[in-house]
Amino acid sequence: MAGIPRPRGRRPATAGGSRGRARGAFVLRHLVRFVISLAVLLVASFAMIHLIPGDPVRASLGQAAPVELVEARRAALGLDQPILTQLASYVGHVVSGDFGTSFLSGEPVGEVIASRLPNTLALALLATVVALLVAVPLGMWAGVRTENGRNRGTEAAFTSATGTAVAIPEFLYAIAMVALFAIGLGWFPPAGKGGPESYVLPVLALAIAPAAMIARISRVETLRELGSDYVRLARAKRLPSARVHLRHVLPNTLTATLTVGGLLLTGLIAGSVLVEYVFAWPGLGLRIVESITQKDYPVAQGVILVYGAIVLVVNLLVDVLLGLLDPTSALKET
Amino acid sequence: MRHLLRTPAGLAGTVLVTAMVVLAVIGPPIWGAEAEHIDPAVILQGVSDAHPLGTDNLGRDILARVLVAGRLSLVLALLTTLIGAVAGVVLGALPSVLPRRGARLVTGTVNALVAFPSLLLAMFTAVISGLGARGAVLGIGVALAPGFARLTQTLAASVAGADYVAAARMLGVPRLRIMTRHVLPNIAEPLILNLTQALGSALLALAGMSFLGLGVQPPSFDWGRLLFDGFGRIYDTPAVALGPAVAVALAGIGFNLLGDALARAAARGNATVRAVPGAGAVPHEESEPDPEAVLEVRDLTVTFPGGVTPVRGLSLTIAPGEIVGLVGESGSGKSLTASAVGGLVPYPGEVTASRMRLCGNDLDDLTEQRRRKLLGTSLAMVFQDPMASLNPALRIGGQLAEVATVHQGATRAQAWERAVDRLDHVRIPEPARRARQHPHELSGGMRQRVVIAMGLMGTPRLIIADEPTTALDVTVQRQILRLLRQVTAETGAATLFISHDIAVVGELCHRVVVMYAGRVVEELPVERLATGAAHPYTRALVASLPDMETDRSQPLASIPGRQPAPAEVGPGCAFADRCELASERCAELPPLVPYGKAHRVACWEAS
Amino acid sequence: MIIKNLTVRFGAFTAVDDVTLEIPQGAIVGLVGESGSGKSTLAKAVTGLVPYRGEITGADPRRIQMVFQNPYASLDPRMTVGASVGEGLRLPRAERQAEVERLLSLVSLPATLAGRYPRELSGGMRQRVAIARALGARPELLVADEITSALDVSVQGAVLNLVRSLREELGLSMLFISHNLAVVRYVADVVAVMHQGKLVETGPTEEVVGAPRHDYTRSLLEAVPRL
Repeated sequence: MAGIPRPRGRRPATAGGSRGRARGAFVLRHLVRFVISLAVLLVASFAMIHLIPGDPVRASLGQAAPVELVEARRAALGLDQPILTQLASYVGHVVSGDFGTSFLSGEPVGEVIASRLPNTLALALLATVVALLVAVPLGMWAGVRTENGRNRGTEAAFTSATGTAVAIPEFLYAIAMVALFAIGLGWFPPAGKGGPESYVLPVLALAIAPAAMIARISRVETLRELGSDYVRLARAKRLPSARVHLRHVLPNTLTATLTVGGLLLTGLIAGSVLVEYVFAWPGLGLRIVESITQKDYPVAQGVILVYGAIVLVVNLLVDVLLGLLDPTSALKET
Repeated sequence: MRHLLRTPAGLAGTVLVTAMVVLAVIGPPIWGAEAEHIDPAVILQGVSDAHPLGTDNLGRDILARVLVAGRLSLVLALLTTLIGAVAGVVLGALPSVLPRRGARLVTGTVNALVAFPSLLLAMFTAVISGLGARGAVLGIGVALAPGFARLTQTLAASVAGADYVAAARMLGVPRLRIMTRHVLPNIAEPLILNLTQALGSALLALAGMSFLGLGVQPPSFDWGRLLFDGFGRIYDTPAVALGPAVAVALAGIGFNLLGDALARAAARGNATVRAVPGAGAVPHEESEPDPEAVLEVRDLTVTFPGGVTPVRGLSLTIAPGEIVGLVGESGSGKSLTASAVGGLVPYPGEVTASRMRLCGNDLDDLTEQRRRKLLGTSLAMVFQDPMASLNPALRIGGQLAEVATVHQGATRAQAWERAVDRLDHVRIPEPARRARQHPHELSGGMRQRVVIAMGLMGTPRLIIADEPTTALDVTVQRQILRLLRQVTAETGAATLFISHDIAVVGELCHRVVVMYAGRVVEELPVERLATGAAHPYTRALVASLPDMETDRSQPLASIPGRQPAPAEVGPGCAFADRCELASERCAELPPLVPYGKAHRVACWEAS
Repeated sequence: MIIKNLTVRFGAFTAVDDVTLEIPQGAIVGLVGESGSGKSTLAKAVTGLVPYRGEITGADPRRIQMVFQNPYASLDPRMTVGASVGEGLRLPRAERQAEVERLLSLVSLPATLAGRYPRELSGGMRQRVAIARALGARPELLVADEITSALDVSVQGAVLNLVRSLREELGLSMLFISHNLAVVRYVADVVAVMHQGKLVETGPTEEVVGAPRHDYTRSLLEAVPRL
């Protein structure tokens, strides 16, 4: 084949060291964005207390509280200082881990968070893992089965089942499970955190709706990839269909699926508040509901700050990890 | 609307949402009094005939309260969605009005907020405004806004970038008119769709807030509040939580199913295929199989449900080392022919042929396993878009090597070595390094070489190239054509080259097969293409194509009308409507008959 | 019309590099080049769709019109053919309809098409509608960016004939952009060859095609497939 001239090789711009530099810049850009968002979140949680109409201390203690008590608490909270001084001291305290003390119990809010956060995270993470493990294979199976409009029955069953499951909120699943499996059948404890069996119902209640969502996305992604030319080519090579699906299709569906999965994790954090409430689970969610109803502002402020920070951290991780893992992404500006 | 009611899910969604709206209107006037009727004699009762869902702590009937609470639940959800939609659309439109800096700030803020769960924001506002519906509505409304903003932004950006908006701008159409005439109508539909789903999630989020005791406060009550009351008694009388729970679930399901169905109906658009009963394949007289031919196909027909027949009774024989060009316009069936020969026609297409032989084997007689192996090692395919033909997630070497590991039992190391060797063979510089790269790191021409190398992993007997150079530049096209010619000569494979470009076919191929509306209308040696074509369609195709010798003082030939769609092809000659020579005989299908040496034509009027 | 020292930069990337090109009154200038050569960016700059450095003289910017490559994206799917063609016309309602009919007849389309939607039309018909819309602005220059590359061969001939007849009958000046040298040779009086953002050769069509001076032009000519 001497007659064929070798084409000039196009050296990709991202080769070698410049690719590493692009990665560094990419991670740095996301970190900067994360820090800015965190700062905005801090200011917002500080502002929350100051936006309460009237006097938050009065609102919390009631109109009948003696003036000395109100004044003492105002001074303890630093509310008699100029606003910027208050902000500076708030930020300083938060950075050093001091979130104030509860109006009601007198506990340091930092301790409340430290003791309860692990319980909330355990629920949310377990639910994410369960949802992904069930949903990705399910969606993929449905995608393969319904390619090009085959098996219309399966398609109808899948879309209406997942469409229904997505539309039911986690607290209804939780209530139904308590009524059925805990109170009715007595298989699992109805409330509280104990042995492994106490995790089953809360994790399931939290995982069903996101699992349905992920399964739908996984199916749509699978269908899209099945229609692409590289799958046609893999089939033309007569690769066994298991190989076509697992080795060729699956990696290409995962990015989109996991992006949504990651974002669902932030939704799970919010859903966990409701589920914790139903199961009297000793997490942050139960505590924030109590603190809002009882106007225990330092606790509410601290816990909301923590929730917000979790959302930001999850987003950062999803963006950075998927950006680094995806070979096709040119680590582009979004 | 009719689309919507056709699917069970769409029907269920429509019925549920309609029922919710009706309940919101008639609920309070009918059951309002009963829901507020305090009866100390029947407090905290379970299920009974008089009170099917029991009574609350003041003896009020819970069923009546559930029916009445629909209005407040729905109105609050509507209000919340409205806040979110208005704030979101304004926020989403801002970047197109603001100066660059401001636009980036708004976009950045929207992107950061879009991930925040609505419940979190609702609790934030609940702290500020105290317990009650106001804080919940505001918080959830605000939480919905970033989603709407993001959607508005992406939709508006895609419409604003469309060619028709550029054309309007060039015509001097004022900005405001472009907004109202072009941008808004084209983004309204998806926005309205999103509104349905947002309404559902607002309703659920509000119910959640009320259920936590942070939303609607007594004496008002929505479904969430009723659930809050009922949940306290779930250990004694679970039934009292049932009513509000079912109501919330049905509302959520209703809005979600309706939103889904609306989205699907919108996506489907007006794509409808009219079905015309297709004419059957022309019966061919039996002939002996050609022992020399690599590929021999007789009476190939591809049918789709509804009588759509894009390929009708096609016959084709290719000898070793021969390159046959299959030309036709889009919709002529040439690509489906390639798929049918490669066994890749997508469901629900059906392929029939009276003979389909590859390398002397009748494909229908082979066991599934042997057919896989035969096609896997002796058939090479190349598609139009080299960007799409390679798996973006896998290394190039791995994609080549798997042919050898799957079909030839090679070890991974052997297979990789062969892959590098094959890449070198198609003149890819630094093949060992390229093998470790991902497809996006290569140029289009280079990727097409990789696809050809993939076909050379086995011992190709048949190469099917479906518009392999259409997406490439002319200088790269030339290199790929040269490579194809070399590969064919060297392997002695038969090559089927599909193209819409008659000039490319003329340059590369030995023999040309012209397709029109699913049938072969002419088959001729390439030397006769320029001047010796007999079919009026082939002649018109050649004449309508300018080349470097075309007389610039004469108008180009063009063919009036258009090719019939696969569902519209009638029983006679499909080209007759556009043909100058057409006569009454053309109502009958002309057979493909010999016309000189190695030349066949299907036309009554060809002389 | 004269394009003088026109440069378009996207960040650090120079898409069009110091291009100077004259489009004589009533002439068709063909611009050829491969993907990434900058020919489409030049078209966008000339029509004011992207910012540029340099000068364009001898034409009213509002009377430079463009026809796009993809006839399926260049007409608003929610507007009738008549509404699309009539949109830029500043005429009273009664005269507008007559003008739309005249414009449609200029591109050999029946007046009855005015009430149809783009989705009811074939690709070739849509491209004629787009040309009619551009003609409504009485352009001093029409920029045609790959207007036949999305069309089937049998339709392409008719659109090319239309392009030539418009120049002969209306004296229209045109910048005709294509990757297909044979098409450009057929319609253009002057050929300009672009490569990597630069204009490498310009001259009367017969000269450039018959006796190319630049190596790149030569390699383009060699690559043209022949029957």
